[in-house]
Amino acid sequence: MITAGVDVGAKFAKVVILKDGQVVARAKALVGFDVLKSASEVFETALKEVGLSRNDLQRVVATGMGRNAVVQKPPINADEAVSEVVSAATGAYHIIPTVKTVIDVGAEEGRGIKVEGGKVKDFVINERCAAGAGTFVEAMARALEVKVEDMGPLSLKSANTIPMNAQCCVFAESEVVSLIHSKISKEDIAKAIHDAIAGRISSMVLRVGVEKDVALIGGCALNPGFLPPLEKELHTSIIVPEFPEYVSALGAAVIAANPSR
Amino acid sequence: MTAAVEVKEYPTEPLKCWEQAKNLRKNYYEDYLHAHEKGGLRWAGGAWSFSSIPAGLGEDVYCITGEPYGATVAFFKDFAAKCHDATEAAGFPRTLCAYMRNYWGSILLDKYILTDGTVVDGYPPPDFIWQDHICCSHGKWYQLVKWLEQKRGKEVPMCSVDVSVGYPSDFAPEEDYKVNYIVEQLSDGIQWLEKVTGRKYDDGLLCDAVWNEMKATSLWAEVCALNQAVPAPLDEKSMYSLYVMGTLMKHRPECVAFYETLRDEVKDRVGRGIAAVPNERFRVITDTQPPWGFLKIFREMEKYGAVSVGSLYTFGLIGMWQYQPDGSWIPKPMPPRKPQTRDEALQAIVRWTMHKPEWAHFYEPELKTKMMESIVKQWKVDAVLLHYNRGCEGLSVHIAENRHGLMQAGIPVFPFEGNMGDERDFDLAGTMARLTAFFESMGLKKLRE
Repeated sequence: MITAGVDVGAKFAKVVILKDGQVVARAKALVGFDVLKSASEVFETALKEVGLSRNDLQRVVATGMGRNAVVQKPPINADEAVSEVVSAATGAYHIIPTVKTVIDVGAEEGRGIKVEGGKVKDFVINERCAAGAGTFVEAMARALEVKVEDMGPLSLKSANTIPMNAQCCVFAESEVVSLIHSKISKEDIAKAIHDAIAGRISSMVLRVGVEKDVALIGGCALNPGFLPPLEKELHTSIIVPEFPEYVSALGAAVIAANPSR
Repeated sequence: MTAAVEVKEYPTEPLKCWEQAKNLRKNYYEDYLHAHEKGGLRWAGGAWSFSSIPAGLGEDVYCITGEPYGATVAFFKDFAAKCHDATEAAGFPRTLCAYMRNYWGSILLDKYILTDGTVVDGYPPPDFIWQDHICCSHGKWYQLVKWLEQKRGKEVPMCSVDVSVGYPSDFAPEEDYKVNYIVEQLSDGIQWLEKVTGRKYDDGLLCDAVWNEMKATSLWAEVCALNQAVPAPLDEKSMYSLYVMGTLMKHRPECVAFYETLRDEVKDRVGRGIAAVPNERFRVITDTQPPWGFLKIFREMEKYGAVSVGSLYTFGLIGMWQYQPDGSWIPKPMPPRKPQTRDEALQAIVRWTMHKPEWAHFYEPELKTKMMESIVKQWKVDAVLLHYNRGCEGLSVHIAENRHGLMQAGIPVFPFEGNMGDERDFDLAGTMARLTAFFESMGLKKLRE
């Protein structure tokens, strides 16, 4: 059986094609103003990679913030849409069958999901403010005048702890500016930023409880500066699967392969 | 995306007494507006004030209760936004009680809104204020109203009754010293009412009003108890338009008559298996006031076959209940006889009101969790939707502890943030997305778009 999962996120669209339970293709690209167009381009790229067409796919399931834009709309023609929470839990469980806690941090949202046998038991999502998500790192990278992909490695060079308020993205930025004016090094500020996000995410995840195995997925899991403070805050080791940003798309593809779940 | 799931379809039909409810509410606000034209009196106070006490001043005494008025304003979002602007321009922070800000805003704008959304020029000031203190906002609310009216050149006398004596047990007599503390305030209040209105107080009218209030609040509990049936004869969105009569005029004979009619109709619906939501397959309860400008979330739930059968708020804001030794709830039985004297009436209404379920958690969060657990069990509820209501400090106090307690009892809980009266604090798209995730995690698929 060949299925696809399409994760139309706030920043990136990700596609996973699954054949008999194995991933055969992955693709991702930025989501533009025309959500359907962006997602369709990624979808076509993934299909092209394995020489397939939409007709070769038995089912397609969409997830992510923009999921409804691709349901029954060509060329994707997704058969069904599922929430990010369910797809993230399903994808993580597919890769790590022992997973009990999934931490999914994307561009705009952070989620903590308690999982039991692959099913969602409880979940929590950050409300309104992006201070606990990838956009926050991007905004702070701009303030520090460094590339976003350099933020993580930069933070790992610091061993200092500078308390920072990350309850609000806007106020945190002014705090970063104050730190810059106080001649604090970029490394220390980058670490403070990652510590702050980890603090915010961990306090949210603790609301559903943390039980091993714990998996970190989503685009922020690619940031090497985020994992150490998060593990420290939660007092646990955390597994980051390969291709963490594709886990929700994978979950959607798994759901597509099991329509009677 | 809809799913091809076979779900039993129950018969459904509109409530026959719906128009009666609409008219009662409409007339209530118009009666207050036009009271002076008929030689009557107007008073203002909270929905929880002892409204049967001013009833002894005569049958032409009309009140406006603040919270329902604040909710009416909230429903008309454009007018609510103007009220918020007016209160914020006057220097009040948006973190205060949203009903209170809507109410103050209406006075500041000097405009009064009716139930159909008609905005009338000139906010009608009350002749006196009769309030009670159960939370900090209730305490300050009318102090500010008095001040705002003073600025408009109107002196409005105010009397406020302190009711913070703790929540009594249902299995032991109320402690006399607590009862007397409130009774004495009400007794002094009657003398104060005579003084500020110049009217002679009629104890017969008081006894009638107290008896009406007890009947109305017990009858509403009877209506809610009928919603234990599967399918539920009422959905909570409709119940909001029905319980409101108890917040406006619980002491009046029209309220008793309406609840008797409603109780009989709901009993008939249960007998005939008439459902509020035809494809009911999942039952939830909510908590605290809903975000009034966004009641469409209830319609969204119905797409999953989910019905909200009520809440501690909807059942217990006005409804009076009695715990049974097995932990279940029954509508509070009426006392054996109607009070005959002023003292009997005051004693009776105080002992009755002290058991108001929605007052319990002002004292102890575990009481509320226990009550919610009882409701879950008795009303056959699958999950609880908790509104972290930024607009009401009183009713959302301890709510995270309630969530924790319910989760520990194995009850699925969906918390969402919002505000009953200020749409700026409610994220509709985000809440809908989370609600979808919650229902999916409960194994539900959308049955229709």
